[in-house]
Amino acid sequence: MPDVQALVNDFLNKLKKRKIEGSRATARQTAEMLRLVISQQRSPYTNQAGTLIDAVRAVGEQLIAANPLELAVGNIVRRILHIIREEDLSLTTAAIAGLGLSAGSDDEDDTDQDIHPVLSGASLAAAARSTLRPPSLQTLLEDVPDSAAIPHTSSSGCDSEGKSKSADRSSRTWKLKHDVIEAVNELIQDIATCHEQIAEQAVEHIHQNEVILTLGSSRTVLEFLCAAKEKQRSFRVFVAEGAPRYQGHLLAKELVTRGLQTTLITDSAVFAMISRVNMVIVGAHAVMANGGVIAPVGLNMVALAAQRHAVPFVVLAGSHKLCPLYPHNPAVLLNELRSPSELLDFGEFSDCLDFGSGTSSLLHVVNPTFDYVPPKLVSLFITDTGGHNPSYMYRLIADYYSADDLVVQQRPTGN
Amino acid sequence: MEPRRAPRTVIDPKVRQVGFFAPGAPPERAVSGPPAPIASSSSSSPPVSDLSPSLSPVMIPPPRHSSADNALLPSSSSSRPVPASPLRQDSLTPASGRRYSKPSEFFPAMSLTASSSYAGRMVGNAEFSDDLRGNMVTVVPAASSFPSGGFDLTAVKASSVPASGLTTVSVVKMMPPVYDPETIVEKVGGSVEVQNDRPESSKPLKEKTSKAERRALQEAQRAAKAAAKAEGSKVPASSGAVMGANAKPTKATKSHSQKNDSATVAGSEKRGGDRLSEKDRKKDAPHPRMQYDDKIRVEKAKRRAVVKQTEARNRVELFRHLPQYEHGTQLPDLESKFFQLDPVHPAVYKVGLQYLSGSISGGNARCIAMLEAFREAIKDYSTPSEKTLSRDLTAKINSYVSFLIECRPLSISMGNAIRFLKSRIAKVPLTLSESEAKALLQSDIEHFINEKIILADNVIVNHAVTKIKDGDVLLTYGSSSAVEMILLHAHELGKQFRVVVVDSRPKLEGKLLLRRLVGKGLSCTYTNINAISYIMREVTQVFLGASSVLSNGTVYSRVGTACVAMVAHEFRVPVLVCCEAYKFHERVLLDSICSNELGDPDVISEVPGRDDINYLDGLTNSENLQLLNLIYDATPSDYVSMIVTDYGMVPPTSVPVIVREYRREHVWV
Repeated sequence: MPDVQALVNDFLNKLKKRKIEGSRATARQTAEMLRLVISQQRSPYTNQAGTLIDAVRAVGEQLIAANPLELAVGNIVRRILHIIREEDLSLTTAAIAGLGLSAGSDDEDDTDQDIHPVLSGASLAAAARSTLRPPSLQTLLEDVPDSAAIPHTSSSGCDSEGKSKSADRSSRTWKLKHDVIEAVNELIQDIATCHEQIAEQAVEHIHQNEVILTLGSSRTVLEFLCAAKEKQRSFRVFVAEGAPRYQGHLLAKELVTRGLQTTLITDSAVFAMISRVNMVIVGAHAVMANGGVIAPVGLNMVALAAQRHAVPFVVLAGSHKLCPLYPHNPAVLLNELRSPSELLDFGEFSDCLDFGSGTSSLLHVVNPTFDYVPPKLVSLFITDTGGHNPSYMYRLIADYYSADDLVVQQRPTGN
Repeated sequence: MEPRRAPRTVIDPKVRQVGFFAPGAPPERAVSGPPAPIASSSSSSPPVSDLSPSLSPVMIPPPRHSSADNALLPSSSSSRPVPASPLRQDSLTPASGRRYSKPSEFFPAMSLTASSSYAGRMVGNAEFSDDLRGNMVTVVPAASSFPSGGFDLTAVKASSVPASGLTTVSVVKMMPPVYDPETIVEKVGGSVEVQNDRPESSKPLKEKTSKAERRALQEAQRAAKAAAKAEGSKVPASSGAVMGANAKPTKATKSHSQKNDSATVAGSEKRGGDRLSEKDRKKDAPHPRMQYDDKIRVEKAKRRAVVKQTEARNRVELFRHLPQYEHGTQLPDLESKFFQLDPVHPAVYKVGLQYLSGSISGGNARCIAMLEAFREAIKDYSTPSEKTLSRDLTAKINSYVSFLIECRPLSISMGNAIRFLKSRIAKVPLTLSESEAKALLQSDIEHFINEKIILADNVIVNHAVTKIKDGDVLLTYGSSSAVEMILLHAHELGKQFRVVVVDSRPKLEGKLLLRRLVGKGLSCTYTNINAISYIMREVTQVFLGASSVLSNGTVYSRVGTACVAMVAHEFRVPVLVCCEAYKFHERVLLDSICSNELGDPDVISEVPGRDDINYLDGLTNSENLQLLNLIYDATPSDYVSMIVTDYGMVPPTSVPVIVREYRREHVWV
């Protein structure tokens, strides 16, 4: 345990100092960190899932607090909480099903649980999402109160405790942890390969001689464009450089070395060029539940220009970027101001800048990191599960997160 | 529409001339060259073979009838007496010349500037200029010596050299009525102003006194020209003096004015419609600019260029029609040439180099620098003995302008200023002595600078300051001199406000503005254009400068202005564009692609002060990578709430009105 805590602290420091760049890297490292936490967690014989959830939540809370703007951290914490719940649920139902078969119990709960196929945690997630699903047809027909399932699933930690007593304890505790770690591994794998799955769809969206505009750099966008290029599509790309980080230069370099016709433009030329562009393809920092996008700075301007000229604005986002929160004033509250040194050279204007002396200075330098692109400006999201409308994002998010976990911090750790 | 098309059609159809000649003119053609001018001038109308329909008011300028139509179709124009055959040409009296000059009397507004610039443009295009000259020479001998074959141009040219004393400028305008060289000369030399005071039916004797001097002058000119021609250098008198160093100076003159998009008035005086309104409209419309994807013309322009610009290698496909050169390569070379004998006046040369190096930038600064240089040049100017001031000076200014264009494409405001200057030169009364004329022109230039730029800025400041309230947060983009004056003035008035300076690569002009504003004690916020959506929510008003305001309300300005205006519009923040009225132009523009300027592409790949951004270091020569450095963009008028100009604060829809009223004021008063 202490070594885990040391690693967690280390990771927290990195997050706080913004040493980890990009939501994908953050997501992967968070998942790995939580996997470690889970594997190190000494499991009690009772209420094992609850213990895991508590542990993950405790660490997750710290991680989120370390960098509340890196929404991927919170997303991964919620995903893992969701995974634990699902695995626990599937084990419980399996156990109950076993019980029901052996003991011949005609318990109301049993019949209800039997309806669900006991195949995998993923398919059982349906039960956990019962708040979003209509009751199954059979429960309606049999007039079984659906509410019976809800307390069982939503508080599976407590409820399963009672049930698990009848199951083989040692095998179950071992199995739950094992299954959870398996699922987290899958999640890490997904994060690592999500851009490939997104890139697979590239040929469906890019046609011959297309002119594409993008701003800044995103690994997903790069893979997406290259995938289309590999399929022998020839098209040209305008890359806006994305001041003040100039990641566009990096993207342009990558594209050029892979043989794509690339034109590097300044950010200010976006409006001038957008009328000759067929599609805007950009990456995102996070996608909110309302379909709004937290994106690198400058993209709201691009999206407005695209809207003006009726150019489709396509956002590529891996599923780890889907955030189950609804934003309030995201352009300010979910933003981060970076150092003025990116805009002004060191020493330049040093006489006018405020160095924290408290005296009101004449000059302020504003250097935000993110832009909020409202859902009405987004034409399409392309995630690893396919293309979606902004208005559908809330539903997609419901597939990945449990409603109980939406608020991680404010929930008392005692569950 | 029509005038824009006219020069182009006049240009290309060498072929059509041939087609025309065959059916139309067999008998008379044998006699002389007069058909040639028809062909060249009316080549815009393919069905010229049918001559009488071609006399429609739109197509056929009366002067043309006078020469060719009369010769070919005696009964074609009933209104005027028709010489029976070209054989009578030499016997035509000055009276007939006067008759031919009628059309120009109909249109007193037809100014020499216009005609000369038009001529320059026509002469400039390669194929046509040859034809033209050919025609010209063939025509002239037709009157005097009747060479039998009108089509062996070179041969005829050689033979007719002595007779052709016309400058290209005058030829194009007056070419058709070439019956009697004397008459032509009179008409041309007398130029338009003179024609006005000559009553239509006046007796030759009265004019002859004044005409005699002019004729003498023309004779001298002609002699000089003939000498030049004989040397085979094909130098029209006007440009020959200026561009002596160049192999093909004629073309120089022409493509000067061609490239100079707004400097010349598109006039189809030559074809001069019968209706005043039509002609006016044609004259007002801008003519097409040099398109750099036209390889032939670019080649031609290059051959006579003073500044040997090298083409940038890796150009963006969409912008082939714009010039893009390697930057920084030719400056040392040009600097070393400074003390050599050069056709360009040192003051102009200096300004050109400053444009090239970028040490003068900004619409007003460039315009003032140019006008000051022209004033210097005019001060040192002396009319060559055999020339008239107005025409020679116009040609000189043309050559200066073309030099400046080679250094950096003209801004629209500069085009307007040049147009103003040329109209002034054209209107210098012939009665003035040279020193008086020069003094007049210099004071005109000073007047323009003071009134149209400096005073206009003051008026704009006074207007705009009324819109600034205490507690405002004003956003500005880049560095506009007018906006800066407004902000400083409002600060002096004690208004409490904050300024947001938005900046963008590669020029980072906002930093300079920021430095000046902070130095004056204004409270400022500085940010990058990407953060515009972030900062816009706290802004109450946006002040923007403009390079030009076009007559469909489009604001043509520093690239990025459109983005700022768009975001402001989205956030419901009023956008005020501050622009002096002399920068207004009657051209229309819908996008930023068709007309723009390309800057040095290499500054895109390097980020000064950020050594970590070096991803593109080895790649700038890669075929797949293009760097695009746009200088301007076009802001749609619906993003603009108000345009603050020296005529007041107007909505963008009122721009065409200002353009019209404003031009009336400065061209005709």
